[in-house]
Amino acid sequence: MLPALAALSACSGVQSALDPAGEEATQVATLFWVMTVGGGVIWAGTVALALYASRWKRHAATEQGAGRLIFWGGVVFPVVVLTALLSYALWLMPSLRPFGGEATQGLRIEIVGNQFWWHVVYRRDGAEVVSANEVRLPVGQRVEFALESADMIHSFWIPALGGKMDLIPGRTNRLSLLATKAGVYRGQCAEFCGISHALMAFPVVVSEPAEFDAWLEARTRPAIGLDGSPAAARLFVDRGCGDCHRVDGTEARGTAGPDLSHVGSRLTIGAGLLPNDDETLARFIAHPASLKAGSRMPAYLDLPAAELAEIAAWLKGLQ
Amino acid sequence: MWHLLPKEVESLWTLFTAPVVWAAHFLFCYLAAAVYCEKGFFGAGFDTLRLTIGLVTMAALAMIVLAAFLAWRQWGFGTGDPPHDDPSRRDRLLFQGYATLLLSGLSFVAVIFTALPALFLTGCLR
Ligand code: HEC
Ligand SMILES: [Cu+2]
Repeated sequence: MLPALAALSACSGVQSALDPAGEEATQVATLFWVMTVGGGVIWAGTVALALYASRWKRHAATEQGAGRLIFWGGVVFPVVVLTALLSYALWLMPSLRPFGGEATQGLRIEIVGNQFWWHVVYRRDGAEVVSANEVRLPVGQRVEFALESADMIHSFWIPALGGKMDLIPGRTNRLSLLATKAGVYRGQCAEFCGISHALMAFPVVVSEPAEFDAWLEARTRPAIGLDGSPAAARLFVDRGCGDCHRVDGTEARGTAGPDLSHVGSRLTIGAGLLPNDDETLARFIAHPASLKAGSRMPAYLDLPAAELAEIAAWLKGLQ
Repeated sequence: MWHLLPKEVESLWTLFTAPVVWAAHFLFCYLAAAVYCEKGFFGAGFDTLRLTIGLVTMAALAMIVLAAFLAWRQWGFGTGDPPHDDPSRRDRLLFQGYATLLLSGLSFVAVIFTALPALFLTGCLR
């Protein structure tokens, strides 16, 4: 019955802070329940007292009795409760921000927020893997994020894994997450950054360390489908796509848009907007702004359908 | 000991002693932590910052307790009950003493809340 209730009230799912899959999120969820239940108990007590006073109590309290009630119920009680809550929250803080020491040894992910997409760079043992609009993590390993922004203030939030952290132009903010359950989750920009702010999301894939290592290792090389269609690769550069997008192993080296080196293997396109297949890729390329208002990518409505399909199929093949 | 303390001062300003201490303490804690975390302090460790905040907090609390005591005395050590709303000099004094006492209580708790993070946090977030 409880799981059913949770599902009905959207307490579970890929983007729920109440269905934690990470250490930080578990602490946040616990804090939430402690606050909610505690607040509920105090509210019920206050209402009961008010009802008692207005309905059932027949005679007025003495002035001294009233003074005592105000002192204990209105001063001592709140001070004690607030001190306890503040101490509890402060006590949680160091473990929500575990930096330095061994935490910095492992995987480090740099995120740069852009209107309305995410630049993602994985760094480990000197290796660098550039990607976009998707975050992959190994389960059971602490990962450190360095968060920056190229334009507006954005906020990086994976509710199932932890609390949110802003991306502020000119600053590098840090966040540390430890995923405890493999699965696919969803992250979302949590600070209004422009007209398509709500469409600035990303899938999060948490997998077993061995699987993650294999995935990361494969990303250090050009995609397998790169030579699938030399004509499409040529078109990509000739049509100017390469001025904004990088595709590892080709002349395309642009940085104004998401890295497309392995775009075919991502779960979504357009930063969590659409499922990733030939058809949605073609739709997005032809007219990004009709799917995502204010998108910084220009429309390619004059691109012949055959060329469009060719490019889309080639991109989908970049696995 | 009584004559060490100032005689009753009839001024509105004593009302603000405790809140002013609270404000100064607040400013000190935030500035000290910000400056320490950004620039460091002659190589001193984070515990030096925590200890300094602890000492300044003790001093602030002592000042507030003193203000509270003076207010309690001005209020006649609680011999009369509020609201002290007669248009007389005596009631004005009592009212101010009572208000100062309450403000001191508030400031006491606020100073502790301001300093609490120093008890739990163990480092700057760089
Ligand atoms: C002026 C720079 C620019 C040019 C030129 C450009 N793009 Fe883009 N592209 C972007 C930006 C910016 C985005 C991110 C849009 C968003 O999600 O809001 C993007 C997104 C995309 C995406 C989705 C990526 C993802 O991770 O979901 C694809 C696919 C894509 N572009 C393909 C192309 C192709 C093919 C061309 C050439 C026909 C092209 N782009 C030309 C800037 C550009
Ligand atoms: Cu946003």
